[in-house]
Amino acid sequence: MKKNNLMRTRLARSVAVSGLLTAGLAASAGAQALTVISFGGASGDAMQKAYYGPFEEKTGIELTPGDYNGELSRIRAMVETGNVSWDLVEMESPEMVRGCFEGLFEPIDWQRLGLGDVLIDSAFDECGVGSFVWSTVLAYDADALEAAPASWEDFWNVEDFPGTRGLRRGAKYTLEFALMADGVPNEEVYDVLMTEEGVDRAFAKLDELKDHIQWWEAGAQPPQWLVAGDVVMTSSYNGRIAAAQEEGNNLEIVWDGSLYDLDYWAIVSGSEHVDEAYQFIEFASQPENQAVYSSEIPYGPVHPDAIDQLDEEQARRMPTHADNLEGALAINTGFWVDYGEQLEQRFNAWATH
Amino acid sequence: MSTNAVAARPEAPPEANLKKQLKRADRLRKFKAIGLVAPLALFLIVVFVLPIGSMLWRSVDNTELESVMPRTVAGLQQWDGSDLPEEATLAAFAAELRDSRRGGGLGKVGRRLNYEDNQYRGLLMRTLRGLPASSENWTQTLIEIDPAWGETTTWREIQRASPPVTDRYVLASLDLERGADGEIQRIDAQNRIYQSVFKRTMVIAGGVTLICLALGFPLAYLLATLPPKTSNLLMILVLLPFWTSLLVRTAAWIILLQSNGLINQSLIATGIIDTPLQLVFNRIGVFFAMVHILLPFMILPLYSVMKGISPSYQRAAVSLGAHPFAAFWQVYAPQTISGVAAGTILVFIMALGYYITPALVGGPADQMVSYYVAYYTNTTNNWGMAAALGSILLALTLLLYLVYHRLVNRKQLIRS
Repeated sequence: MKKNNLMRTRLARSVAVSGLLTAGLAASAGAQALTVISFGGASGDAMQKAYYGPFEEKTGIELTPGDYNGELSRIRAMVETGNVSWDLVEMESPEMVRGCFEGLFEPIDWQRLGLGDVLIDSAFDECGVGSFVWSTVLAYDADALEAAPASWEDFWNVEDFPGTRGLRRGAKYTLEFALMADGVPNEEVYDVLMTEEGVDRAFAKLDELKDHIQWWEAGAQPPQWLVAGDVVMTSSYNGRIAAAQEEGNNLEIVWDGSLYDLDYWAIVSGSEHVDEAYQFIEFASQPENQAVYSSEIPYGPVHPDAIDQLDEEQARRMPTHADNLEGALAINTGFWVDYGEQLEQRFNAWATH
Repeated sequence: MSTNAVAARPEAPPEANLKKQLKRADRLRKFKAIGLVAPLALFLIVVFVLPIGSMLWRSVDNTELESVMPRTVAGLQQWDGSDLPEEATLAAFAAELRDSRRGGGLGKVGRRLNYEDNQYRGLLMRTLRGLPASSENWTQTLIEIDPAWGETTTWREIQRASPPVTDRYVLASLDLERGADGEIQRIDAQNRIYQSVFKRTMVIAGGVTLICLALGFPLAYLLATLPPKTSNLLMILVLLPFWTSLLVRTAAWIILLQSNGLINQSLIATGIIDTPLQLVFNRIGVFFAMVHILLPFMILPLYSVMKGISPSYQRAAVSLGAHPFAAFWQVYAPQTISGVAAGTILVFIMALGYYITPALVGGPADQMVSYYVAYYTNTTNNWGMAAALGSILLALTLLLYLVYHRLVNRKQLIRS
C-alpha cells in the first residue's frame, strides 16, 4: 500500500514537473495574451476569420490561438498543478459537464457577461456558454427513394421505404430515435429513457429494425454510404450531409426529430485573463460575428438573430433555423454522463445477440 | 595435476592469489555484462514492466473515496449499517464534500459512486450547491437538502465503494457482480456481454491464425523452393503490404468489399449473383482484412525455417519408396514445426489485440476486447474497467501461450 502511494506521488510529481515546464514555456511565449483553444481544422479556420482576428482588431487584446482534441485530462493536469496556461477552451458538452463537476472551469457569471437571455436556451450552462450548434439528423438519398420519409417512424417503416438504414453504433442517439419512432413526444424522450421500462421499450423498437441496419462509427461514413448506395437513409451529422450536398449529391435532410447539441466556451479555473475571456465570449456571441462563422461552416449560431444575417440558402442548412428547431430535441448531456455507460453496455449486449 | 602444483601447495599464496585474480576478473566481466544489458533492462522496466504493473493495479484500485474523503471512509467503516451513520461521520462528509471540488476530487468521487448507482453525481452536485457553511445538526441539514441522505441504502452504497481494493471491475469484465449480501452472481441476462466478447476475440484470432497458416504454408513452401530470382520477386510482393499504413489497407478493403464495391460489381456483371453480397461490416470483412494484414507475419517465419531444410531429405524418402505425399507429410512437415509454431503464435497474439480493423470493417457483433478497452479509456474514463479487461486478456494470452508452448515442445520431442 505504502509503496504504491509513494510510487504514485512520485509519478504525480514528475507529471507535475513536466506540466510546469510546458506551462512555463507557454506563459513566456505570450505573457499577457489571452489563450484560446479550439478543435482547430475547418472550424478553427472559421473561428480565426469570424472571432480571433476581428476581436484583436477591436479590443487590442492580444490573442494566442491553439488547438487540441478535446481531452479533459490536459486541462485537469493544468488545474491540478496550478499552472493554467489556457484561458478559454472550446469544449464538447459531456466534457464540459464533467469538467464543471470536477471544478476545472470557472462558473459563468451571466450578469458579468451581459448577454441577457438572448441566446438559445441550451447555450446557458453552469460553466459554459454555447458557441455553435451541431445536429444529428435523418438524411436520405432522394434518388433512391420514391417517397420522401418525414420522420423516424418512416425510418422504421421498411415496407414503404425499403432498403438498408444507417445508424450510429452505440446507444447515444439510437435510443432517442427509437423512442421517437415509437411515438414518444420529443419532450418526454429522456424521462422515458430514465425508466427501465422506457429502455426496454427502446430496445424492443430497435429489435424491429435490427436486420435492416448498417452501423456507422465515423462521421464520414453516413454521407459516403448514401452516395455509394449502401444505405437509403441514415442518421448523420448535418455538417457532413451539407458537404456532400455541395458536391452535387441529391441528399435530403429531415429536421423533424433531429437531435442537436452545442459546443461550449469554458473558462479554465485559475485563468489569469478571466476579464478578457468574458470579453471574448461576449464578442463571439454577437449575431454579426456568429453569422460570419456560420457562413464559413454549416454549424448553427446560438444567437437567434445571426440566422437573419445569413442568406436564405445558408440559413436553411443551420440546425438553429427556426423551422429546423421546431421538431428538434436538445441532447440531454447530463443524462448521458450519468446513464451512458450502463446503456452502452446494454446496447453492445443487444447488438451482439 | 602436475607435480609442480603439488609441490607448490605448502606455500599456498600464489594459488590463492590466482583464485582471487580469477574471481576479480570474473566479477569485472559480470559487471561489464550487466552494464551492457542495463540499458535494455531499464528500457524494459520503464516501458513494459511498470505500465503492465500499473494496469494490473488499476484493475483492483479503489482508493478514490479514501483519498478524497478519508474521514468519511473511516467513519463509515465503524458503521454497522442498520441506522443512519453517526452525526460525526456526516459532519466529516459535509466538510470533505465542500473541499473536494478543489483539485478534481469531486469528479473522482462522483464517477466512482456513479458505478454503484447512477444518481450519485447529481446528488453530490445538488448537495454541494445547497451546503451551508456550518450546521448544528448535519444529519438534519443533509436530509433537508436531499431526502436521499436519510436512506440507509445511500450510505451503504458509499460504504461498499470505500475499501481501498475492489474486485468489481474484474467481476464486471466477466459479467459477474456482487449481490446485496456480497455473494458473486451473474448480472442480468440483457447486460451480459464480456464473456461472449472474450470468446469472440479468441474465435476471431484463432480463425485468422488458421486461415493465415492455410494460405501461408503453401506460399512459404513455394517461396523456399523456387529459384532465387522468382522467389525474390514474390517475396517483395509478400512484403509490399508492410509499406502501406494499416489504416489505408483497411479502408481499401471497405472500398473493395462494399455493396457497390469492385468485388460485388464484378460478381454481378459476370452474372454469378443478382443482389450484392454483404461482405463488409460483418465477420467476413473482419477476416478478409485481418488475414491480409497478418499474413506476412505467418509467411516470414515459415519461409526462414523452410529455407534451412535440405531438399535431399525428401528426395531420400521418395527414393526409398515413400509416396510423395508421405515424404512431404512425414519427412518435410515435421521439420517445419518450429516455423509453424513461431508463425501461429505471432499471428494469434497480434490478432488478439486488434482494434482498428474490426472497428472499421466489422459490425457490432465483431468487436474484440480492445474495442471495449478503448471505449472505457477514451469515452467514459472508467480506467478500472479498461484495466480489468486488459488484465484478463493478458492472463488469457499468457495461459494460452503456456499451453501452446507445452504442446509444441512435446510434439517436437516425440518427433525427434
